[in-house]
Amino acid sequence: MQGVAQILVDAAVLIALAYPLGLYMARVYNDKRFGGRRLGAVENGFLRLLRADEREQDWKGYAKTVLIFSAVFTVPLYALLRLQGHLPLNPDHLPGVSGPISLNTAASFVTNTNWQYYGGEYTMSYLSQMAGLAVQNWVSAAVGMAVLAAVVRGFARRSTSDLGNFWRDLYRSLVYVLLPLATLLAVVLISQGVVQTFAGHATATTLQGAHQTIARGPAASQVAIKQLGTNGGGFYNSNSAVPFENPNGLTDFVELLAILLIPAAQVFMFGKMVGALRQGWVLFAAMFAMFAVGIAIALPAEQHGSAVLRASGVSLAQGNMADKEVRFGVPSSVLWTVPTSDASNGSVNSGLDAYTPAGGAVPLVNIFVGEVIFGGVGSGLYGMFFYVIIAVFVAGLMIGRTPEYLGKKIEAREIKYAAVGALFVPTLALILTGISVVTKRGLASIFNPGAHGFTEALYAYTSQGNNNGSAFAGYGATTFSAELGTVALYMGRWVPLLAALALAGSLAGKKTAPVSAGTFRTDGPIFAVLLVGVIALTAGLMIFPALTLGPIVEGLSH
Amino acid sequence: MRALVSSMIAAVVLTLVFGFVFPVVLTGFAAVAFPSKAAGSLIERNGVTVGSSLAAQGFTGVQYFHERPSATSPAYNAGATTFANLGPTNPQLAKDVDKAIAAILRLEGPYNPGLTAHGIPVDAVTTSGSGIDPDISPAYARLQAHRIAAVRHLSLAAVQQLIVQSTDGRSLDFLGEPGVNVLKLNLALDR
Repeated sequence: MQGVAQILVDAAVLIALAYPLGLYMARVYNDKRFGGRRLGAVENGFLRLLRADEREQDWKGYAKTVLIFSAVFTVPLYALLRLQGHLPLNPDHLPGVSGPISLNTAASFVTNTNWQYYGGEYTMSYLSQMAGLAVQNWVSAAVGMAVLAAVVRGFARRSTSDLGNFWRDLYRSLVYVLLPLATLLAVVLISQGVVQTFAGHATATTLQGAHQTIARGPAASQVAIKQLGTNGGGFYNSNSAVPFENPNGLTDFVELLAILLIPAAQVFMFGKMVGALRQGWVLFAAMFAMFAVGIAIALPAEQHGSAVLRASGVSLAQGNMADKEVRFGVPSSVLWTVPTSDASNGSVNSGLDAYTPAGGAVPLVNIFVGEVIFGGVGSGLYGMFFYVIIAVFVAGLMIGRTPEYLGKKIEAREIKYAAVGALFVPTLALILTGISVVTKRGLASIFNPGAHGFTEALYAYTSQGNNNGSAFAGYGATTFSAELGTVALYMGRWVPLLAALALAGSLAGKKTAPVSAGTFRTDGPIFAVLLVGVIALTAGLMIFPALTLGPIVEGLSH
Repeated sequence: MRALVSSMIAAVVLTLVFGFVFPVVLTGFAAVAFPSKAAGSLIERNGVTVGSSLAAQGFTGVQYFHERPSATSPAYNAGATTFANLGPTNPQLAKDVDKAIAAILRLEGPYNPGLTAHGIPVDAVTTSGSGIDPDISPAYARLQAHRIAAVRHLSLAAVQQLIVQSTDGRSLDFLGEPGVNVLKLNLALDR
């Protein structure tokens, strides 16, 4: 009951905040003079400082700028991690990070993934955390938001090739959306006990006279943006389970809201920008329904407890508490795991490897279908558009008319982009999982025996391919797994992103046809149902055989 | 390549603003507004730092309340947090849990006549997510209260009163689960 009440409050507060934020963001990206004269002058000053080309870009120009901008960060970030031992702001004297881990981590943060093959507080210097990882938390999130703005313009505009200017969209995402929210969130977190200091670790003499080392650092400023930007990489190894990152039920609630806020708001932003808020509500309803199903499966499974714990005879009133924190318990842990896997946020407040088979399968499937249930900032909604296009196409086949969405004819070219966007990453994840479980070097990463070990590998490449970042964390870092993961990270980020921009470029050039009696309506509940069905039948069916080898066989055999 | 030049300038500017200015300003704010919380919620006794209210420290003495098992190396390492990562059907998990149950039965059994595994709450025998979970469930605290009362020659009611005082309820009465802060409780006992 406690859990259900909390979920309902979460949902109500989320909608109450996301709706106005979405309308605000529509203005941020649409209003040429947003911010007025003085703030506008700062924006123009920034663009001039960059010597940026301020003209509108077509999809190729926009995509090229995104790729160059993101690539520029990669090498310095890699170098920073390797050389941190010789650089300042390293009060705990941590050595440089190894080559393969640096390669994977740089890819992981540039692609908004935040997969952790590194150990947070005992691997990364303060400089690496704040000037390396945290900067990517800002920048990769803003890239996703900018690309979404361009993609939505593709739906909203007609007979043009212009999708907007990347530099302006980047600046506005950072300054008008992320900065105010992250500042507010960081202040709240500090007030509740999230650490924020440059003082290095603390030492204590415990009541029993032992020596205790307590890792600290500038965490709150990083945790705020890692949640808002659906990044997720922990300042600490155990991420948001660590009290210094997430000290109580209130911070847990606020961080969770921060994770879902921007992706949910973008659905309404989309509705506003295409001039049909109902279209946004339909997508929101489809997303919310899938979110609720995830909770409905995972929560009872975790409350029931695992096979081993039931056999042990202890009191299971609290449910499966393995690798979970007392202050969160099962309800707040599940209510974190399901939405973070919906939303491409790799942070965890409990250890997923210890989840029951059904409880662990939910985040796996959520990520596998492409994180379109709210999804990552920007990437979630542009990922959802692939399924929308496919759903419209399927509907067109069923009623025998040319498919249309928002008055735009959907033709072979759009279907191709959508199919690539929707199916590329699931295929990639399955192939890489396959490689990892038929090679000796791949198998070395598996920690748990039996079917659960297979799930670890499947989760690892699903999470990295979809740029989530959460893990069945027993899966170990080796040179091989770090390199294989790097392939998943880059391809999983850039292929769908390019497909989305190409789709938008193609749509922007089209005229808008008026709605007629024969138009298939996409602003009602029937379309929401069709959309969920399409997701279940494409990516959902793709993962099913793999699920039978992992969580299903594990669940049935005990 | 105009985009390349712009990107390189942007990388420098954005790193300065978001990588340095933002964390430094917030650290300054934290040092003024919430100095103790921002520094790790450290607890001092007679001028000596004895730990943090946000980190378990590995109590083993019979006169103290004990925390949950920890998977860090060594246990309760607040400098290297980790999960245990043992799957729900892993035989090692069964071994660890059985060992923890046996240890609790040995320790608490004499003070709780008739105690069986079913009387032990699950948080007492499972590792936490962080490895430094500062809390135990109220049920686990009540189980240990009998031992504490006997060893310290206190009334059970007095110990239970201290447990209530060291319990952090749900935030705003509905967020999260109640937990008993073990360090605060043991400090109150020592007082």
